[in-house]
Amino acid sequence: MFFYKEIEKYGDASALVTEKGTVVSYEELTARADQIGKAAGQRCLVFSICKNVEESVIGYVGFLRNDIVPVLLSSDIHEELLADLLNSYHPSYIWAPVGQAGCAGTVIYRDGEYALHRTGLAVDYTLDSELALLLTTSGSTGSPKLVRQSWKNIQSNTESIVEYLGIVQTDRAITTLPMNYTYGLSIINSHLCRGAAIILTESTLLDKTFWTLLKTQQATTFGGVPYTYEILKKLHFERMDVPSLRYITQAGGKLVKEMAEEFNQICLKKNMQLIIMYGQTEATARMAYLPWQDAQRKAGSIGIAIPGGELSLIDAEGNPIEEPEIVGEMLYRGENVTLGYAKNRHDLNQPDENRGVLHTGDMAKRDKDGFYYVVGRKKRFLKIFGNRVNLDEVENLLKKEGIENACTGQDDHLKIYITHAEQEKEAVDYLVNHTAISRAGFEVRYISEIPRSESGKVLYSALEGK
Amino acid sequence: MTNLEKYNQAFITALGVEEDMLATLEYQSVPQWDSVGHMQLIATLEDAFDIMFDTDDIIDFSSYEKGKEFMKKYEVDL
Repeated sequence: MFFYKEIEKYGDASALVTEKGTVVSYEELTARADQIGKAAGQRCLVFSICKNVEESVIGYVGFLRNDIVPVLLSSDIHEELLADLLNSYHPSYIWAPVGQAGCAGTVIYRDGEYALHRTGLAVDYTLDSELALLLTTSGSTGSPKLVRQSWKNIQSNTESIVEYLGIVQTDRAITTLPMNYTYGLSIINSHLCRGAAIILTESTLLDKTFWTLLKTQQATTFGGVPYTYEILKKLHFERMDVPSLRYITQAGGKLVKEMAEEFNQICLKKNMQLIIMYGQTEATARMAYLPWQDAQRKAGSIGIAIPGGELSLIDAEGNPIEEPEIVGEMLYRGENVTLGYAKNRHDLNQPDENRGVLHTGDMAKRDKDGFYYVVGRKKRFLKIFGNRVNLDEVENLLKKEGIENACTGQDDHLKIYITHAEQEKEAVDYLVNHTAISRAGFEVRYISEIPRSESGKVLYSALEGK
Repeated sequence: MTNLEKYNQAFITALGVEEDMLATLEYQSVPQWDSVGHMQLIATLEDAFDIMFDTDDIIDFSSYEKGKEFMKKYEVDL
């Protein structure tokens, strides 16, 4: 059975701990969750606006327990983008914090600071029977493309994660990532599956509240994207007194080898483990992990496939690569490979398009011991502070605004070359107001002309260093 | 440039804010001063004054005014 449908078995064990120290037991969690699910009634589509607060998690659990399909969205979502998504997907309800911008409809149920709004939008579509959940892939550029995840996907990936991380009921994970982000969500799923607790906070690693909460609530683990590790380094994590931490995880982009080695040393000294992982929303969450015992000798590696999964490499012609140290596109096979994408509500009845095989789009090599190393990407996208940003999408967004541009750069540093210097402010304002790309994650540079090949293709290599 | 000008310039460069906003500026009071902006600001100040902040000071550095007090600790007179 789907694990969310039986978590009431954990009874009075703590499920959620809030910033104020309030504890929600599994019994209370499931009772409140089912009330929300019942208020929504039969199987339907719901937009669930996420924050790391109890009502957000309770709503999510309620929808999954009652066969209702939630689309998880950030509470920072721009009003216009929310309007576009409502228009594309016609959800029956919106589960959102009271006062959420752009949230319309009749309130039919309330729990704490959240309300269930009936939208009244026409249900002129059907939901495939396998469909459980929808997540965004590039929330940062505002594309309406969603990933379709099934019950089986969530069940299978959660079980694998519980197994390789060795999650036990006494674990207490503190939130560091948004729950609408696949990595943040996988931490919630894997802990609730095992009867462990989630310490919920909206504060970041740069808030005193976070560290006080971590210490007083005895958190045993948290996850971080590469940028989180930059912050930890800056904060002198090695000097911090955090004895309750049992292990910390890293995913959401490649942690450079030197940082992986440094943090592994710090963790060893602190008698805790550093677990490097690899995944994508298209594979529910996780595909690979580096067992902590191998962290030092295999620093820079994403490790091996998670339990039940299989990694392989193919060459440009699609033939399997068997020899070590040869770069090819990485393929993943497993029950957590999601059903496919949806671009609007009429795609929600589509069956499984991937059939358990995912072309990751990452270029990788395998060493003689079978450990994988990601060396680059097949497509043009960057990770900006853990969020995937498609360079072509950014270019198109700005072009639509009448700004001639070409985008390139490295992870956490997007470079936008514009041909009209006076448009710099306009470009910056547009990206800050209409996308979730952080201001510190991009730079606008002026160039007299965008270099192009004879066939008109942008020569990105010619932009290097300009 | 005086130390105060350098201090102000660090905010203007790292957070992309206007000078007249500085007096009342607090962490998370404007979109630019989020956790990412905070890291930029700390790094910019460290470079400008050739200092290195302690963990607690990075976390407690919660406003433009409060930050001025911390600078004294690192022997920077504003």
